[in-house]
Amino acid sequence: MRAIDYVAPTSLSEAVSVLSANGDRARPLAGGTDIIVQLRGGRRELDVLVDAKSIPELNQIELTDSGLRLGAAVPCYEIYQNQAVAAAYPGLIDAAGLIGSIQIQGRASIGGNLCNAAPSGDSIPPIITLSGEAHINGPNGWRAVAAEDFCTGPGRSVLEPGEILVGIQIPAPAANSGTAYLRFIPRNEMDIAVAGVSSSVVLDASGQTVQSARIALASVGPTPILATAAGDSLAGKGVSDDAIAEAGRLASEAATPITDMRGTIRQRHHLVDVLTRRTLNIAIRRARGEE
Amino acid sequence: MPGLVHVTTTINGNQTDFLCEPRQSLLECLRDVVGMTGSKEGCNDGNCGACTVNLDGRIVTSCLVLGVEAQGSEVNTIEGVASAEGLHPIQQSFLENAALQCGICTPGFIVAAKALLEAEPDADEARIRHWLAGNLCRCTGYDKIVRAVIDAGERMRA
Amino acid sequence: MTTANQVLSEVEFEVVGTRPVRPDGVDKVTGRAQYGADLDLTGMLQARVLRSPHAHARIKSIDTSRAEALDGVRAVVTAADLPLAALSREDLGNDYNRFKFLSDNFLASDKALYRGHAVAAVAADNAHIAEAALSLISVDYEVLEPVIDVRAAMQDGAPLLHDDLIHTSAMGEVSDQPSNVASYMKFEKGDTAAGFANSDVIVEREFSTASVHQGYIEPHNATAHWRADGQINVWCSTQGAFVVRANTADVLRVDVSNVRVTPMEIGGGFGGKVTFYLEPVAALLSRKAGAPVKLLMTRTEVFEGSGPAPGSWMRVKMGANSAGKITAAEIELAFEAGAYPGSPVMQGATCAFACYELENGTIEGYDVVVNKPKTAAYRAPGSPQAAFGVEQVVDEVCQKLGVDPVEFRLNNAVTEGSRKVEGPVFQKIGLVECLEAARNHEHYRTPLAGPNRGRGIAAGFWMNRGFHSSVNMTVNPDGTVNLIEGSVDIGGSRASIAQQAAETLGISYEEIKPQVVDTDSIGFTMVTGGSRTTFATGWAAILAAEDVKGQMVERAASIWDVPAEEVEYEDGIIRHKSEELSFTFKDLARQLYTTGGGITGTASLDPTGEGNSFGVHLVDVEVDPETGKTEILRYTAIQDAGKAVHPSYVEGQIQGGAVQGIGWALNEEYYFSDNGQMMNSSFLDYRMPTSLDLPMIDTVIVEVANPGHPYGVRGVGEVPIVPPLAAVANAVGHATDQRLTSLPITPGSILEATL
Repeated sequence: MRAIDYVAPTSLSEAVSVLSANGDRARPLAGGTDIIVQLRGGRRELDVLVDAKSIPELNQIELTDSGLRLGAAVPCYEIYQNQAVAAAYPGLIDAAGLIGSIQIQGRASIGGNLCNAAPSGDSIPPIITLSGEAHINGPNGWRAVAAEDFCTGPGRSVLEPGEILVGIQIPAPAANSGTAYLRFIPRNEMDIAVAGVSSSVVLDASGQTVQSARIALASVGPTPILATAAGDSLAGKGVSDDAIAEAGRLASEAATPITDMRGTIRQRHHLVDVLTRRTLNIAIRRARGEE
Repeated sequence: MPGLVHVTTTINGNQTDFLCEPRQSLLECLRDVVGMTGSKEGCNDGNCGACTVNLDGRIVTSCLVLGVEAQGSEVNTIEGVASAEGLHPIQQSFLENAALQCGICTPGFIVAAKALLEAEPDADEARIRHWLAGNLCRCTGYDKIVRAVIDAGERMRA
Repeated sequence: MTTANQVLSEVEFEVVGTRPVRPDGVDKVTGRAQYGADLDLTGMLQARVLRSPHAHARIKSIDTSRAEALDGVRAVVTAADLPLAALSREDLGNDYNRFKFLSDNFLASDKALYRGHAVAAVAADNAHIAEAALSLISVDYEVLEPVIDVRAAMQDGAPLLHDDLIHTSAMGEVSDQPSNVASYMKFEKGDTAAGFANSDVIVEREFSTASVHQGYIEPHNATAHWRADGQINVWCSTQGAFVVRANTADVLRVDVSNVRVTPMEIGGGFGGKVTFYLEPVAALLSRKAGAPVKLLMTRTEVFEGSGPAPGSWMRVKMGANSAGKITAAEIELAFEAGAYPGSPVMQGATCAFACYELENGTIEGYDVVVNKPKTAAYRAPGSPQAAFGVEQVVDEVCQKLGVDPVEFRLNNAVTEGSRKVEGPVFQKIGLVECLEAARNHEHYRTPLAGPNRGRGIAAGFWMNRGFHSSVNMTVNPDGTVNLIEGSVDIGGSRASIAQQAAETLGISYEEIKPQVVDTDSIGFTMVTGGSRTTFATGWAAILAAEDVKGQMVERAASIWDVPAEEVEYEDGIIRHKSEELSFTFKDLARQLYTTGGGITGTASLDPTGEGNSFGVHLVDVEVDPETGKTEILRYTAIQDAGKAVHPSYVEGQIQGGAVQGIGWALNEEYYFSDNGQMMNSSFLDYRMPTSLDLPMIDTVIVEVANPGHPYGVRGVGEVPIVPPLAAVANAVGHATDQRLTSLPITPGSILEATL
């Protein structure tokens, strides 16, 4: 690894000033499970790593009536070990509990997963279907970006030099709602998703009709994808295998995968269909309080 | 070029100071600077678990932690698992259950298993297999490792 | 789930057959065992290797001047520093090809033949500086078209790796035209065409397997110190220190006595550390820098720069009659050697039909160079690929005949006296006993229930090896015995060898103190590999112990002033036939220094009679029809161990081999881009099984004593990797009603076949 500098600011303003001073030669360091590998492999070159783990705002989990405020550097294990968060956002927990190994989950953060902007980032689809918003601070102050707009290409995001992702705001779950995330990998752990799908549904009080749905995809395009037509196709429809199958078909259509060492175009389109149906069924059961 | 950073940590209960470059991983610092070579490098990208240490109560792959990040932290390594009284029940169980062949993954497995059993001494096979999925072993097929961890849990509950 | 291990034994032993804790165990569970990367020497430098980014390229020039100028860089070497550069064809005569292939794989001279091929190395004050210096080395490459598939490499007009070194045509004749076919072999028995004519069913299929890696968790490492007086000391991770000594001396053109190799603890090998890559390079750097140099591979370098097991193509044809007897079989095998000749196609050829009594058979094999790393041994080299084809064809023959696959195999199994296609006649072997154990096993007798499930069975063979081993044993005054051996201990062989010594001496296991030592400190010992160590080094320990016994008897006779013929040694007691005079081993040991001096027994042998090894594996799988994902539900591995010296370690070998085979079957492969770049050179994307991907691996040790060893031992390490590829393929085949003939059988390939 090239020589690099390291600072551990204790305030947001200090972090932003270091980041601003170094432009694209500085990046925040949270769990480090992506960026250290990238620096070591020469895939990224930096002059300064700005450790985010001593900045209070980036390390808090706040669950209130208005929703969840998740500090960008909070490691995965703190999220899934938080029983109130786990109960309110099982779809987020689906992802937090399968990123890497137990060791990786001890370090890796959801914020880091988002900033790494990999098409395969497991936590990004559920943040999208949960209507999460990225809260960004920088030399020009605060701004908020919808999760589905955050990633702009493989490894690229809306973050400008000097900016830092402070946290992710997720609205309080609606009544009769449920979310789920599944990915397909060849092994049972430790792999990058061949395809991943999160589905989120809001049902009516009877649990028989879908009021709204959001479906988001991983590893089947240059960025995570919000499959709008697939989600919208369910709105107002009764819960049925046909409706779910139609959503699966539309989600598969929304995918723009490539063939690489992890999977083929055909396999990925097919998997999106399968995983969409499976996650919708889980989300519906969760919305009904059945699991 | 950035200079050396003075890091103060507690390693296996002992305050330990070392100097390192920011680019050096905690694994590198433990092995090459502090001289504790029990934690092993198998992949250097977090996918084999041979470098597993316990950092402030959580197991981590020390190849993906910078040495400078350990400032003020408590680090527990394989070298701290046995005590003056003898081997830890997990170590004894690994020996008696033939849970190692070449032994290179063994420190990582023991550090990881210890963290699990201290929290959940009655962890069952499925839980153990899930917890240890980040530790690769190429010699044993995991059978005897999983049995050793189950056995160690029994010893720790006794 | 419970183990169903049944240890059958006809002979009573005291120590052999028990399960003691290994002598090196405490160091290995406390992190104190010293592996190669753990070594630290005063003034030691760290080194890194620059590797070719191209799969096939001519090296026009290398400029190292900028690297040499970097602060902290102490030495840079290229192939120009290897003696080959100064030697001509005339100097080397018939050895030219062998020497050039050996030397060029350490540092490429005229051509880079695979991505990852070493072209230069740097020693510096630390590894980060060495790495930075690599990027300052300029290599002028003429990029050439690569060929990475074995069948493409055999075509006329394929890119040639070695312009004029290899002259075998695809039909096996030596020709004027250079080719990539390094060698060809053919074995025949009986009349194959007539055998097929007499068959009622014939199955013929083609198969292919991908390159796979042994996947040892410890990367290759070597430390060398070329002393001012010309002595070269090497510390490394190797399966055979004497091989490192011989080849290092050869490639550096020094005498073997100038090289001392100390084998450090080894973090897995599986055959892949029989070959070595770093030691001469570290030595050259050390000579230039005047300091010890440590050279470590990264994981990516291990994948790209060390030898995988070969990818292969096979065509298998088998005929059988309605009585369930095989009437004829033939196989063509083409194995990738990698960049230089020497795939294990010969072993694949001789293992292919070894489980079957064949009256008529034909075997043809091709060793083919391709632009991939030079292949290395991997557990039963060549046999798993061959079994992948043959055992699937056998399964299909059984389907066509409507017969039980275990009964069919029993009906055709080789026994003592059976002659293989290529000639050798079997001594006492245990295939029938393994098949019977399978037939009687609760796993096999339990019907498989549920949709999308399949059960697979396959048999496997490995010939096992003898080769040279040496052991010295010195009696300590407290009655313990130091056992000095040259066999590197990868999986508990210190214990299994000490057990045989203890058995022979009639003392306890704990009283034997085994040590693995360097090449100056023990007689010639071949590699730990080929399933030979517990057999051959164990035998050397038995003979050294017999030597100790003889000397102890003579000493007692001299103390008692009686003829040695009147003294006998039994169960650790030295006794005069009058029975009035006796010593325990301990008593006599205490007196040795004052009664004529210490006693050292020694043995060096090169045994034959290694006895062959057979295994039979059963596996149940479930395939998710929507995703193509295969789950291993249950696995049972049955194997003849001759005599299991340490049953736990035998079980461990079987379980580990089976799981490596499962990985080979389902997920593992070198994934290459079209221009020969390995795309998945990390443990993230080279997907070896994790603990979560497997059930317990049940084992059954069958003991059909090997008449070729004093205690009936057969090697056990190789054969467990032979059946799993086909067993899993057969199981997936039954679960999906599709024959998957190409490895790995990934979810993607299952989907392609079933959607």
